[in-house]
Amino acid sequence: MACKKCQTEPVYVLQNHAPLCKQHYLHYFEKKVLKTIRTYKMLEKGDILVSALSGGKDSMTCLYLLHQYCQKQGIPVKALAIDEGIEKYREQTLKDAATFCKTYKIPLTVLSFKKMFGFTLDSYLKDHKMNPCTACGISRRYLINRGARELGATKVATGHNLDDEAQTLLMNQFKGNISLSAKLGPMTGALMHKQFVRRIKPLYFMTEKEVALYAVLMEFPVTFVECPNAEGAFRLQLGEVLNTWEQKYPGTKQGIVNSFLEILPSLREQFKSTKQAIGTCESCGEPAAKTLCRTCELLEKIKVKKK
Amino acid sequence: MQVIAHIERTKKTTKVELPAKATVKHLLEKLAVNPVTVLVTRDQKVLIETQELKDKDTVKILSVVSGG
Repeated sequence: MACKKCQTEPVYVLQNHAPLCKQHYLHYFEKKVLKTIRTYKMLEKGDILVSALSGGKDSMTCLYLLHQYCQKQGIPVKALAIDEGIEKYREQTLKDAATFCKTYKIPLTVLSFKKMFGFTLDSYLKDHKMNPCTACGISRRYLINRGARELGATKVATGHNLDDEAQTLLMNQFKGNISLSAKLGPMTGALMHKQFVRRIKPLYFMTEKEVALYAVLMEFPVTFVECPNAEGAFRLQLGEVLNTWEQKYPGTKQGIVNSFLEILPSLREQFKSTKQAIGTCESCGEPAAKTLCRTCELLEKIKVKKK
Repeated sequence: MQVIAHIERTKKTTKVELPAKATVKHLLEKLAVNPVTVLVTRDQKVLIETQELKDKDTVKILSVVSGG
């Protein structure tokens, strides 16, 4: 089997069974991401972009491609990393993030739970019985939005890929939280609140394996480590199920996401009233569905004031 | 033939007995690893599933699942 374009050794076989060599794989990947950026009009002249960077393969690939694109378009790019305080995990990925940003001369800001909230995720979980992914997700999303806004961003990019989106859709389905799916899609955050920064997901149509392959072929400084809190997480279990289906029935994840995109306009219309109900947190002034935002609710439990 | 497989996630190395002309797909089946979740490399080159392996090959299996 050889690359369908140049007959050299392949590194990947597309879903339509076409093998691609390294050079043509990189081209295929970049073209598809660029198409996503353009189709959804994710960026325009005058934008200021902040890309969330964990130091993993997804966010690094996302930042690299956006940096390339934005340089041509004259759009300023900054990177924002969140240090949740997860021992034996985040230290390494933050080191990778710093190495990457230094190489490509991208300004990097790091916000930590410790400094912003007064606790690390590890210490919080020690004292409170809570799903670690929920506590982490709420606080991380809060800091990404607030941090991006304070850095002057008009758009914030995340490295979410096709696997992430398919998993989230099924999680919402299984838990009966379909209104949450109305907030998904390649470009989100259209909720009318002045404190929200619109989110873009340029890797939306790329599978996790495709992103990993791109990062490996590009020799990005990525350490392939798994978050120690992920073990047993619902998302991870669902990911395993989806990967089993994907192996048996190739295109399963793409099918789930494509079906969702077809009904997304109706979903958004249906939950429009929820969107209008977005208010302001009484404690911190950030967007909130109730009187307090979810981060302040979390902090209320341990009586810590945000800085 | 025998192939040495180094699994990056667990940092474990295992010797796998395979029939002659076995491929990456056969190796992953034997290790009960879903090909969708990993990249397989030999001499730092990424291999596709139909790639034939040779006796005494050393391959690395890298999990692409980040979780969390």
